[in-house]
Amino acid sequence: MSLTKQHELHERRKTRNIGLGLTLAAFVAIVLGLTVVKISSPSFQMQPEAAANGN
Amino acid sequence: MSDTSFDAKPIENEAQFGDFFALLKPRVMSLVVFTAFVGLLAAPTPVHPFIGFCAILFIAIGGGASGALNMWYDSDIDAVMRRTQSRPIPAGKISREEAFGFGLTLSVFSCVFLGLATNWLAGGLLAFTIFFYVVIYTMWLKRLTPQNIVIGGAAGAFPPMIGWAAATGEITTASVLMFCLTFMWTPPHFWALCLFMRSDYDDAGVPMLTVTHGRPATRRHILGYTVLLAILAIALGFTQVGGTVYLTVAVVLNALFLKGAFDIYRRDEDMAEADNFAVERKFFKLSLLYLFAHFGAILIEAGLDKFGVAL
Repeated sequence: MSLTKQHELHERRKTRNIGLGLTLAAFVAIVLGLTVVKISSPSFQMQPEAAANGN
Repeated sequence: MSDTSFDAKPIENEAQFGDFFALLKPRVMSLVVFTAFVGLLAAPTPVHPFIGFCAILFIAIGGGASGALNMWYDSDIDAVMRRTQSRPIPAGKISREEAFGFGLTLSVFSCVFLGLATNWLAGGLLAFTIFFYVVIYTMWLKRLTPQNIVIGGAAGAFPPMIGWAAATGEITTASVLMFCLTFMWTPPHFWALCLFMRSDYDDAGVPMLTVTHGRPATRRHILGYTVLLAILAIALGFTQVGGTVYLTVAVVLNALFLKGAFDIYRRDEDMAEADNFAVERKFFKLSLLYLFAHFGAILIEAGLDKFGVAL
């Protein structure tokens, strides 16, 4: 028997799946936010050779 | 593929998201968040608000992870004590292996990300805090010595120091004294509770001072630690985080706390039972206000400093 969308396993693990999804979304947002803040800070400098190569 | 392989657990015991959250000991986490927040804001180095938010979040996750590892190791004790029987592991919702994996993963994640977001001193301090709480306290000394609460209190005292290190990249006298404030506050706070609450730690084989050394010795210990606490709390007022507001709060609250500890010291069990441990209960309630007000005063001093208000 194949696993269908209506399987009771989905219902049983609904809060776990939603919670995990939201946690992963928050993790992505935090990494993105940290990256933006870090590269926007005045102390952030690219390596000179990387900047010259346009990388 | 058969779906029968997914039905290994009984349905009524399926762990929900909230059960995994409960492994992080959310109530303990609130103290961690508050004191780390104060340490971060009181630091003389300004921090970008988003970096500050992330630092507090990672410190909270690290604190929660150590709570999950504590529940993994202490699941035998938790199953015996009434207060902890409904925790996810003894309740059969989460297995010990799941809790161990969850705690360990979050520990590594929180330390690495705190290091990346702020600096490696803060990440290292968080790693040491988790190690101290899980290995030194939970695995080693908790079941060995009645001073276990003193050692456990040290782990709970690190967050303001980590918050400070996250902002400045340093350990200073002020951050060490903020550590000492929570460290010295924990024993009188907890032992006062032990005097009026019947605990089933004894049934679980955990040595508690009230049982191993008796209640009069516990009363002497409360006074001794309160005297040391008062000295350190006042000393904190003369560091860069102190000021008029902090010193006023510290002098008033330490005078009240010392009086309470002295009243507890002077009483015997007959006197305490006659008024249903009124003095001990009052002291315990005051201890909650004590810690909150001291860190709140540091926060006010930081706010006044940032807005250039001199008192």
